[in-house]
Amino acid sequence: MGAASGWTNKSKPSRRINPTPVSAERPLSKPKTCFTSTPVSRSPASSFEAFAAVQEGNLSSVISNSLQEEREMLKKERCKLLHQASSPAGIPFDPCTPTKPSYTRSASLPAESHLVTCANPAKVSCKKQLECLAQLYSSCIAENLVPNIFLELFFVLQLLTSKGTSAAEDGDSDPEISERNRDVSGRQHFESVHNCVYFAVRVLDYQYEIISHLEKGMLKLLAENERIASFSPTLHKRLRQAYESSTAKVSLLLPCSVQSVSFQPETDNRSNFPSDRAFHIFKKQRDIFYELLREWEDNNEKTGWDFERVLGNKIRAMMAHLSATCNHSHFARLFQKQLIQMCKGPVGGGASWGDTPDQDVLNMLGSDNLSRLKRLQERFVVPQSIRGPCPPPSFPGCQQFFRDFILSAGSYQFNQHLMDSLCLKILELNGLTLVEHEHSDGEADMEEQDEKKRFALALLSLRLLAKFLGFLVFLPYRAAEQPTRDLQDSALALRNQTLPVLDILKLLRQSIRDQRSILTIPWIVEYLSLVDHIAPFLDYYRKVFGLLLQVYRLMVLSEDKEMSFLNKLLILAVLGWLFQVPSVPEELFFTADDRQERFVMDAVTSAQALDFVPLVDQQLLYTCCPYLGELRKLLASFVAGSGGKNGGFMRKITPTAAESLAPKASVTQRKLQVDLEQAFFHNQPPSLRRTVEFVAERVGSNCVKHIKATLVAELVQRAEAMLQEKVKEEDVNHDKLLEEVCTHLYEEGAQALIKGREFCKKKGPEAVRVLLPEETSAAVLSSAESIAVELATERACGWLSANIAALIKREVKATFNRMLKVPGFPLAGEDALELRRDCPPGCQHCAPFPSQIINEIKDVLCVAVGPREEGEVVDCVWLECLLGRLSQTLQCRKFICPTSEQQLAKCTVELASLLVSDRVPLSLGIKSPEKSPERLPVKNSSACGLLKLLFSIWKEDFGTSVPVQLIFSKKNMAYLAEAKQREWDLFLFLLHGLIEHELMRTSEIQSCLHSLEELPWPSDFVKDLKRLSRVFVLEHQIEEHRTNPCELTRQSLATVTTQS
Amino acid sequence: MKLARASWNDLSRQQLMPTRQSLRKLKEKFPGQSQSTLLSIFSQEYQKQIKRTHAKHHTAEAIETYYQRYLNGVMKNAAAPVLLDLANEVDFAPSLMARIVLERFLQEKEQAIPSKTLINSMLRDPSQIPDGVLANQVYQCTVNDCCYGPLVDCIKHFINSSSYFLCTAEDQLRAKGYDKTPDFILEVPVAVEGHIIHWIESKASFGDESSHQAHLQDQFWSYWNRFGPGLVIYWYGFIEELDCHRERGILLKDCFPTDIVTLRHSMAQR
Repeated sequence: MGAASGWTNKSKPSRRINPTPVSAERPLSKPKTCFTSTPVSRSPASSFEAFAAVQEGNLSSVISNSLQEEREMLKKERCKLLHQASSPAGIPFDPCTPTKPSYTRSASLPAESHLVTCANPAKVSCKKQLECLAQLYSSCIAENLVPNIFLELFFVLQLLTSKGTSAAEDGDSDPEISERNRDVSGRQHFESVHNCVYFAVRVLDYQYEIISHLEKGMLKLLAENERIASFSPTLHKRLRQAYESSTAKVSLLLPCSVQSVSFQPETDNRSNFPSDRAFHIFKKQRDIFYELLREWEDNNEKTGWDFERVLGNKIRAMMAHLSATCNHSHFARLFQKQLIQMCKGPVGGGASWGDTPDQDVLNMLGSDNLSRLKRLQERFVVPQSIRGPCPPPSFPGCQQFFRDFILSAGSYQFNQHLMDSLCLKILELNGLTLVEHEHSDGEADMEEQDEKKRFALALLSLRLLAKFLGFLVFLPYRAAEQPTRDLQDSALALRNQTLPVLDILKLLRQSIRDQRSILTIPWIVEYLSLVDHIAPFLDYYRKVFGLLLQVYRLMVLSEDKEMSFLNKLLILAVLGWLFQVPSVPEELFFTADDRQERFVMDAVTSAQALDFVPLVDQQLLYTCCPYLGELRKLLASFVAGSGGKNGGFMRKITPTAAESLAPKASVTQRKLQVDLEQAFFHNQPPSLRRTVEFVAERVGSNCVKHIKATLVAELVQRAEAMLQEKVKEEDVNHDKLLEEVCTHLYEEGAQALIKGREFCKKKGPEAVRVLLPEETSAAVLSSAESIAVELATERACGWLSANIAALIKREVKATFNRMLKVPGFPLAGEDALELRRDCPPGCQHCAPFPSQIINEIKDVLCVAVGPREEGEVVDCVWLECLLGRLSQTLQCRKFICPTSEQQLAKCTVELASLLVSDRVPLSLGIKSPEKSPERLPVKNSSACGLLKLLFSIWKEDFGTSVPVQLIFSKKNMAYLAEAKQREWDLFLFLLHGLIEHELMRTSEIQSCLHSLEELPWPSDFVKDLKRLSRVFVLEHQIEEHRTNPCELTRQSLATVTTQS
Repeated sequence: MKLARASWNDLSRQQLMPTRQSLRKLKEKFPGQSQSTLLSIFSQEYQKQIKRTHAKHHTAEAIETYYQRYLNGVMKNAAAPVLLDLANEVDFAPSLMARIVLERFLQEKEQAIPSKTLINSMLRDPSQIPDGVLANQVYQCTVNDCCYGPLVDCIKHFINSSSYFLCTAEDQLRAKGYDKTPDFILEVPVAVEGHIIHWIESKASFGDESSHQAHLQDQFWSYWNRFGPGLVIYWYGFIEELDCHRERGILLKDCFPTDIVTLRHSMAQR
């Protein structure tokens, strides 16, 4: 922002935020000697000296003769221009300016305070020569004779926006210089702003086609540029039209959602590890990895936070653990997946946590303004300066974490595994195939969009992975200093012997042959951008660079059948950038290699060809080459600088939608086919083969899953039953038992193959029929079906026959272990009586929670058992209500589980015991005594009511057997024995209730009472007990003839009371 | 029930015994909080205290002293709450005191160290205890203890199993070989209050600072690392300030959420 304040000529204050490039100081950067070199800067992100330093090497260039002529011409021209231009002081505030030792190509003027000179077409001198130069220069660009066409365009725009000085304007300020200039041919041509602008406008006119393919914002700036308007109204008009018809809006703000890599049982569960220990250690490593990642996210932008200092030791400890258990491959896969997950977007993450706007913000602004907000956010978040049109390779955003992680880990094993993993993924993505393109109707359009998205995703992932692969491959050779010639020769002799990790030369050749270079070249460029100083001179890489150079030269920009314009533009942009990377020697570009390779291209365009498909759009172009945005920034800063005349128009924020990338499409694995199948597929549309292969893969995999879920699960259940039987026998050897049971099951496991075959036979054809066009002929359909079934069966049965025994054993073992762990397992038989029940129909599952009920019952028990305070009572009505709620809770089975229900049952039995021994201090409250039988005290009648409720709950609501026999336990009978006034009538009532509700049989009760008599009770209690026993037997006999239980109770009570 | 950190601090500093009388006092002091929240916070704090002092009560001398005091106590008056008073006096959980004395009793009777299963079974059902007086005393202890004991365990179990109906439950997930498993995984993710969640973890406790940090470390982040963002339900509430990872993907609630948005099947729309 500071720089913006330098503009003194603003006529009115503007509220907009100027996109002022934030300049990174680059005191250590040493420019490259190449005349088209870019400013090389220390990556601010890099905290690693070694890596940063190697990018600053100075090349002793060996320039060959080829193209020397053209080159010299250009050089002269540039010389002329630039001698007059700015002093080095101009560099810091204009980071986009390429710097060189002898001259700088910046055409802008050093001091910001200078007024922008008004360029005037009438003041142009030497028009003829300028025109000639413009033509020459344009041809060089058009024929790809310059190493980087965008660098040239950048230069042209610098000329267009040059501010000029009064001296330059007048052109005659210093006669001495003028004199000298005359010696240097044509120097005066570019002395005035008018001439510069004239030249620039001419070149732009010639390069109109490229320019018109740039993004809309750029076109807008050009279309509104006053200099173009005044120098070439026709170009102005064309640009205006191009702008108006352009739809190429670009947003570099892709939402970077930081997500974890999901756990996939197929690759991550125990069976993928050699031992339990390895599995558990990896479990920990995964958690530690994310912990590190979160720590980095929280802190990496804080000042003074140092990756190596804070995380270094943790990472190395992690590596040591991984090495101890050979878990590197698992971790490398996780690392790579996380890398793709976080870094495929251009911003590189950390900026926004997903694109769902805060609801508060949305309410405040409304959705209309939200897009504006987004744009504003983009201005803040997307780095304003990318450090010139050719920045050195860097690891922006989240990529930093991964690079620093690799460096801190410093683990050879990890690096090797990571390279393996990256290579595999690169090859997989590089094999991307798209469905063939038939531009027939609207539907194809939609398909095309999907294809484009798939392509973009694959391309971006490939570039990311290739960059990291390149980083790892060349890491050991990275050096701070450019090696001397001698060192270089010996290094070459050594390194020429080793094979590359990934054969990119072969892949490059293949891609050219198959016309898939639009996918392959961009990632190969990323890979090569990280070469060390020696590598480009190795025989192997020399060939690669030579081939790339050939591609570059031949890729003349025009719309043609072989390749769409933007596809070419992308390739040219990335290659141009590569040729400017500091460690890539510039002589590569200017040395014509005699051993030119002949391009072998397939005469017939194969189905896999991508080059001719218009896959690249501006969004992808700018995402891959964010440095192209520098062109626009240059124009924008000119507009900002030229004051009020243009001041307002940039305030508008053109809404752009951040395009989220579609989920990654999986590339189906190629399968080997028998010859007949090959022949069959040969004359069919490729989609047929893909469909069949896809179906085979899915059905095969589903088949295995199905067998696991049915047959294996069934066998495991049986094993469980068998084990449960046998494990109760004393002194069984668990391992032996397990082995025995498993062996028994293996035979039946063989059924898996039969069932698997059946499954594939049933499901395969169904899927094929659904997926193939309706019009497919019956014969083709049936062949496709049978091939799909065959492949699926092969896949599924192959796996099953190899693994079924191990699978059964593993599952049975796991079940067995779980079984042994269940608390109180040997008593399992005891609970077997438990009945399974469902909720009543229409249950809303809104009964009180069991936890609440049990808590309240516990409180009642607490009061009953004591100690209790003076006057503490339990309200009778409340207790009735509690039992009512208990009933509701038990009826809804949603939240009930057997063990807890058992506990609840126990509590209610306890409550009953306490009730009959008058331990519960019931408060009668307003309970009306009307209904109570005359001869019972009011208190007993309420206890009776509660007992009745309990009977019904025990009988009707519990899904488990209620341990009512606990009433006769010594402990519970002791309550009665200790009662001051024994409530025998209530106890009898309880006994009758138990029988009446079929909770216990008479004989059971009799025997319970009988055994109670044996215990050492106080003598009077034993007497009472015996009497009660007699009464009970008597009552029971009478009961058989009577029907009214209430009558009964009254009678019996009378008997007992009189006796006691 | 969300609780501000300040009031939690106040609450957790209460020095009380784990009895219903103590809870009543708490309720009077913090009328704004529900009984269950109070109990949960209190219980957690009390458990921390017990963890600190556990060893002290398990020395041979301590056990012997407790046992002798129990014997003397019941000799004087078997109906008095001897064990419960003893526990309160030495500041130890009644259920745990009951366990110590029961274990010591059985050891003397059987002349061997009794098995854990036997002890547990007797604590669950004191009528199995061969001595009637001790049975009563033990029962009195377990019923009165609001932080430990079989009844409390059972209550916790109920709460934890309260939302079993949702989806892929833990056991099934383990069967598939997941190394860390939340209570539930949503096969089709839903959005709760605008945040997408993939899993739900149910906690039958109050989410205080220390327990939440421990859970984050051992469980919640691990789930996030494997399944993405998720939801934690602290049925007894939590300290409000702890719900600070929403953006990153860990949501805290004290009840089952009502604002749930599910995925509309794209097939149905066509």
